[in-house]
Amino acid sequence: MLSDNMTVSHTDLFSKFDPLIEMRRNLLDSGVEDPFGLVMERVLSPTVAMCNGRETILLGTYNYMGMTFDPDVIAAGKQALDDFGSGTTGSRVLNGTYAGHRAVEQALCEFYAMDHAMVFSTGYQANLGIISTIAGKGDYIVLDIDSHASIWDGCKMGDAEVVPFKHNDIEAMEKRLRRIPDGAGKLVVLEGVYSMLGDIAPLKDMIAVARKYGAMVLVDEAHSMGFIGPNGRGVAEDQGCLDQVDFVIGTFSKSVGTVGGFCVSNHPKFEIMRLVCRPYVFTASLPPSVVATARTSIRKLMHAGAKRAHLWENSKTLHKGLKDAGFQLGTDSPQSAIIAVIMPDLERGAAMWEALLHEGLYVNLARPPATPANMTLLRCSLCAEHSAAQVQQIIGMFTRAGKAVGILG
Amino acid sequence: MDREETSARIAALIAPFNKKEVAITDRTRFTDDLEFDSLTVMDFVAAIEDEFDIIISMNQQAEIENYGQLVDAVVKLRG
Repeated sequence: MLSDNMTVSHTDLFSKFDPLIEMRRNLLDSGVEDPFGLVMERVLSPTVAMCNGRETILLGTYNYMGMTFDPDVIAAGKQALDDFGSGTTGSRVLNGTYAGHRAVEQALCEFYAMDHAMVFSTGYQANLGIISTIAGKGDYIVLDIDSHASIWDGCKMGDAEVVPFKHNDIEAMEKRLRRIPDGAGKLVVLEGVYSMLGDIAPLKDMIAVARKYGAMVLVDEAHSMGFIGPNGRGVAEDQGCLDQVDFVIGTFSKSVGTVGGFCVSNHPKFEIMRLVCRPYVFTASLPPSVVATARTSIRKLMHAGAKRAHLWENSKTLHKGLKDAGFQLGTDSPQSAIIAVIMPDLERGAAMWEALLHEGLYVNLARPPATPANMTLLRCSLCAEHSAAQVQQIIGMFTRAGKAVGILG
Repeated sequence: MDREETSARIAALIAPFNKKEVAITDRTRFTDDLEFDSLTVMDFVAAIEDEFDIIISMNQQAEIENYGQLVDAVVKLRG
């Protein structure tokens, strides 16, 4: 009888979140603005938005190449809305593949000079889908401990044995590869740029080791596409080892300036992925306007050498400016378009974040468990559309806020 | 190598991670008693893997909660 159940003691499934609820309450009780509740009321350009009625420079958007307001990109999206409607209402393998989905996959093949491209609805799903599908029971996934959540979740969703190694440690990776039993399938998962500290991986050396042990190699180039490498193909291209990579994972939600994810590969059997990869099959495809904007943006990124050069300038200037001001940074030298400023603790990190917001600057506050070594970080991601003057303005804002909060002497 | 010898070698490896010098028995739990966080687990597992030239995958680690289970797992992995 149902009423009998009423006497059974009730365990609140939410009680496991109590420590986090408590931590959040303490933070907000200190009077600080909620770092995870910001609303952008209007977005004026790739680098400026209105936040809390204040004009704010955006320095935490991953909009590396500033394509979100490109006139050609916007025109392509509007045209696709008119021609194909607002959504596909279907899976890629049923009614959800329009001409635009094929066209953006073709653009990706050309961008990377690879044979196959498969577009997912998000970058998260691209990692989730590819990793969980290709590494199965009895196979081994060897991955960097600082891998993105989507990589870890892909590992968790699959049936392979998961073996992490210390961040960017080639010897630690080799030891693990060497110990894998003979005959087992091996997948090494690496990232070009690690987004928390903005450091890059020594891909050339790591991939050579992976190859020596017969492993297949997947590299997530989410934070390097469009920017790093002579053609913007990423860190593997920059280090001259892209031809040794079996699968490149990428996203449309950073340099490309919209949303979506993808995998490109030269594997001769790659197309079977479309039938066996569940995060590809069992979800609706991207709207026609999104794939049209992505395609236009990707094609423009093939010829964006001048923008890439300006973004490198911005990254170098900001890195030097913050270092000279006395901030502790995630890398000794600028390695990507991400500059991570290390905060002494969460309290002062949140205070600094708020002080910057009041100065009119938005950055990302990153805290454990998303960060390595339990660090609190203010992550800055630069844009090719940031002017040299804006970068100087940003350094001034950081310096004032750092003094106000007591992080700088 | 027998269980006793394996246990002795693991006990030597655990010392630098056992900051509070908790007395180790087969029932000592890594998270609750030794208060290992994820970073400590990674370093400790790496030390064990190197000592015995084995892999303890995360899937296997999920089954290991206490010291005794770890010793048994290492003995088994050593074959």
